[in-house]
Amino acid sequence: MSVDNNQGELWEVFIQSKNNLPYKHFGSVHATDKEMALQNARDLYTRRGEGRGIWVVPSQYIVASDPAENEAFFDPSEDKIYRHPTFYAMPEGSKNI
Amino acid sequence: MTTEEMLFQYCLRMGDTHNVFAHRMGEWCTNGHILEEDIAMTNIALDHIGSARAWLMYGGEVEGKGRTEDDLAYHRDERAYVNMLISELPNGNFADTIARNFMFDAFSLLYYTELANSSNETLAGIAQKVIKEARYHLKHSSNWMVRLGDGTEESNQKLQAAIEEVWLFTGNMFEMDEIDQNLADAGIGVDCAKIKDQWMSMVMKTVTDAKVTIPENKYMLSGSKKGIHTEALGHMLAEMQSLARAYPDAKW
Repeated sequence: MSVDNNQGELWEVFIQSKNNLPYKHFGSVHATDKEMALQNARDLYTRRGEGRGIWVVPSQYIVASDPAENEAFFDPSEDKIYRHPTFYAMPEGSKNI
Repeated sequence: MTTEEMLFQYCLRMGDTHNVFAHRMGEWCTNGHILEEDIAMTNIALDHIGSARAWLMYGGEVEGKGRTEDDLAYHRDERAYVNMLISELPNGNFADTIARNFMFDAFSLLYYTELANSSNETLAGIAQKVIKEARYHLKHSSNWMVRLGDGTEESNQKLQAAIEEVWLFTGNMFEMDEIDQNLADAGIGVDCAKIKDQWMSMVMKTVTDAKVTIPENKYMLSGSKKGIHTEALGHMLAEMQSLARAYPDAKW
């Protein structure tokens, strides 16, 4: 990995707020190695008790969809409301499906 | 000296050490080489403030004269401060800070691991909380030791110079005077002489990984337990205490 400036590489940070919950994207940090990335993420994003787990991934390995292709990517799902689970009766007492 | 009087001194020594250390780390605020490191160092500063508060608050209670943690932190002069010399050393460059922190963090982890067994419940409680912080501080400083030492030729040279600079202040951490010995014998305090070998092997491991060496010079500076300090402490206290002294009843 080449370092173009003296801030190190960019890493994306994902935090798990509680055990068993999915990791969510929180932001990014600069770091020159994975240990530093984890520690910086810990210092920046979990100072107020936000997390019990952290993932860091070099930003260059994130593959993102192209906003210019949004119509082709996302619009075809708009008229398929039957894919939403709103046609089912919720079992009594359950909050999520 | 009664046990309470000895315990009060003991609390001041550790409380002052953390308080002074916190101030030094706080001086990095806005001066870190990247935003992330800036926040890492001020986080560490806040951990030390928390430890200082715990020690000084309990010290005030043990003394029994109604002095609060703030009275003890902001209304005592340099000669009354009994912090370890290593904590007052100026930040210097980043390698100086890392070498200083590493030497102390390794001590701190071993010290609090022992103190967790104290027969004094308050001290054992403080220790259990600080151990976790010390473990993180040591991770931070030892990783940086290796990054700098095993980095470029320049960073290696700077770290080597930093270690030589800080080395003669490390012996002071393990000094035991009568107060320390009495409290250690009573199962309240820590016998620091006993953790020195472990400390040395931790230091040797990281120093080896970092491709630097420790000096052969065995001479060590002393004096902190009698309130004798380097010239750096007075300047620091003047700044640290100025607000509390100018506005004695200042509130947030």
